[in-house]
Amino acid sequence: MSRRLTIGPFNRVEGDLEVTLEIAGGRVDSARVCSSLYRGFEQILIGKHPLDALVIVPRICGICSVSQSAAAAAALADATGLPMPANGRLASQLILACENLADHLTHFYLFFMPDFARAAYRGRAWHAQAERRFKADVGEALREMLPARADWLRLMGHLAGKWPHSLALQPGGTTRAVTATEKVRLLSVLREFRAFLSHTVFGDSLENVTAIADAGQLAAWAQGRPADFPRFLEIAADLGLDSIGRASDSFLSYGAYRQPDHRGRKGQHLFARGVWQGARQLFSESSISEDVAHAWLVGDRPLHPRHGETRPSPGEFAEQPDAYTWCKAPRYDGGVFETGALARQMVAGQPLLRALVEARGGSVLARVVARLFEIALVVPAMEAWVRALTPDEAFCSPWQLPDQADAVGLVEAARGALGHWLRIESGRIARYQIIAPTTWNFSPRDSAGVPGALEQALVGLPVGEGESVPLAVQHVVRSFDPCMVCTVH
Amino acid sequence: MKLLWLQAAGCGGCTQSLLGAESRAGVLAQFADSGLELVFHPGLSEASGDESLAVLRGAADGTVPFDVLCVEGALLRGPGGSGRFQLLSGSGRPMIAWVRDLAARARHVIAIGSCSAYGGIISSGENLTDACGLQFDGDQEGGLLGGDFRAAAGLPVINVAGCPAHPGWIVDTLLSLSLGALGESDLDAWQRPRFYSEQLVHHGCPRNEFYEFKASAQKLSDLGCLMENMGCKGTQANADCNLRPWNGVGSCVRGGFACISCTEPGFEEPGHPFMETPKVAGIPTGLPIDMPKAWFVALAALSKSATPRRVRENSRADHAVIRPSIRKRGPK
Repeated sequence: MSRRLTIGPFNRVEGDLEVTLEIAGGRVDSARVCSSLYRGFEQILIGKHPLDALVIVPRICGICSVSQSAAAAAALADATGLPMPANGRLASQLILACENLADHLTHFYLFFMPDFARAAYRGRAWHAQAERRFKADVGEALREMLPARADWLRLMGHLAGKWPHSLALQPGGTTRAVTATEKVRLLSVLREFRAFLSHTVFGDSLENVTAIADAGQLAAWAQGRPADFPRFLEIAADLGLDSIGRASDSFLSYGAYRQPDHRGRKGQHLFARGVWQGARQLFSESSISEDVAHAWLVGDRPLHPRHGETRPSPGEFAEQPDAYTWCKAPRYDGGVFETGALARQMVAGQPLLRALVEARGGSVLARVVARLFEIALVVPAMEAWVRALTPDEAFCSPWQLPDQADAVGLVEAARGALGHWLRIESGRIARYQIIAPTTWNFSPRDSAGVPGALEQALVGLPVGEGESVPLAVQHVVRSFDPCMVCTVH
Repeated sequence: MKLLWLQAAGCGGCTQSLLGAESRAGVLAQFADSGLELVFHPGLSEASGDESLAVLRGAADGTVPFDVLCVEGALLRGPGGSGRFQLLSGSGRPMIAWVRDLAARARHVIAIGSCSAYGGIISSGENLTDACGLQFDGDQEGGLLGGDFRAAAGLPVINVAGCPAHPGWIVDTLLSLSLGALGESDLDAWQRPRFYSEQLVHHGCPRNEFYEFKASAQKLSDLGCLMENMGCKGTQANADCNLRPWNGVGSCVRGGFACISCTEPGFEEPGHPFMETPKVAGIPTGLPIDMPKAWFVALAALSKSATPRRVRENSRADHAVIRPSIRKRGPK
């Protein structure tokens, strides 16, 4: 028997999401993902002073606010051709890493885990504990995680003034120089967060966690360990979360966190830039295009974002029978790519994630493990960045914006590859195009009819007769940690 | 007190801000322990899909009781009055239709953030989406619900304006309402709770000494006063940001950048680049609130000529280059 099921409002994601499934024989036969909100940020930016982008773009998204700032600042820095002082680069990365890690934690505790506390799982050996720890709004873990998160965001108070929506990230560096004593206080914030992670999240030191190199070691390590990540691993093993949610197994990362070299200039990324399709390949920015064949937008062919445009279709929506979302379909070299923590770690060559994906492909398990591993990998790097701050030296270089420029800013947000393409003409913004991580992951079909990453990942999932909120679908959708307000801006 | 929270056309940043509230066991525990129940929140509730729609339909037809409607994000009336730029997922109905229905049932309606209060950042430029606030369209009364709207308990929309709203503003407003301690006279002319809007961002500004002497930052990251050159509106902006820290220790000016007066209707279109101070004949056009221009000009000239070298030099550096002297016998 076949039927159509529309799921919306798809909650516990950031922003507006609707998923429509065609179900046949108790399985998802095909899926369509709809981003149902359009605000028009790219048009708002046109005609503005280029630096006004730093006020406007963070407000695209309250959870990726700093990532949007970082991409705009990177595009503006590209326009000026400006070198950034080492302090500015370190402080910028600390601010971005603070947001990315806070987002990973928010996703795990507030968005993803509450599904395992649902009554539908009553009867599973782990359910009572999942309900006690993770139940939406009231789980006891929230009483530990939210204060830890608020303490963690003190890094923002020190370095960025506030979060979300800071203006601290500028093309020349950061606006807030750090004193020697503030370095000590930043290290204290990091130390307290490390203690929370070791005690509550992992039940082990960060270094022991990131030394785990394959699925067997991971299972042995998790066995009976009284902390939230191992609790998730136990649930994942029982539910087979390593075998659902496979998308295209093509991964894209713009590269995260440039380490300054010994002369303070930008050096290698902590997590490399590149693409992964069975093997790592070099990334080429010119291979990106966006297609609007299935969006409520005007356009007749795929365009590189340097030439891209965003125009809502005029007249009646019925005039575009193929359109079902406001989201464009980004493609890399014509193909469907997944981005996010898993993609970053695949490209970077993290042994456990490579092993998980090589065994079973991209999965719910692999995406969640990648996020938590990233927390464990990035905190030690942040400790080193704080130590490397030099209080008496500059945090921000003065700059001169050109009257004309074509520029690009590519960064890694928590959810993956985020790009801003900027054209300045006569000292004003003439074009601004944004491709956000979830634009990649929750892309609609392209003009060749090829579904986006989530649309592929949902095919084949079981849906019970009469079930209106199929649980496997909930897990797969949230495993991408979608940010819908970024997706369509 | 039961809360029903909707996210209209915003960024979700006010919810993120709220989750960062400093409270011993976190803001959700604080709500629960204070008798505030989240009947529905799109980012937090377990319900999804049909489960969510059932709650919202029940709330709209009166079968699911709730007291307070919190709306985050602007209300999109476009294109052509249809509200089609934001349909509530799964319902096929515009968000503005849901908001109208639910506001009619609520005892109190709260705009969380400047978008749902006045339209906010999304209403800037040509306002292609015809964005507005619940009871204001920019600085004009009206908005989605109309200037005459009163929620069931008698108050107009309570505007917890800010971009984002400070977590303390949201928590204090909700707890005051639950205790019956927030009435119409506690709201200012823009319907903001006076407890935070009857302060100026200038109050408690750490750059106070630089302001006194008009020792001004020349570029971003300088320690000096941000008013003369960098676009800072802290002397005009209604909020307690420097008395009530953000993220434990911060604020915009503490972070080294200008206050853009984000609690004010129309902040999104200042008529000048945000990070530049508009001037006529070298004098900022936006003067400190309640200050006569002639006095400002006279005092500025006098204080500039009286600026200590320490204050002048430090104002143009990103860290203090000259330390305050230490009196041998202590201050008198």
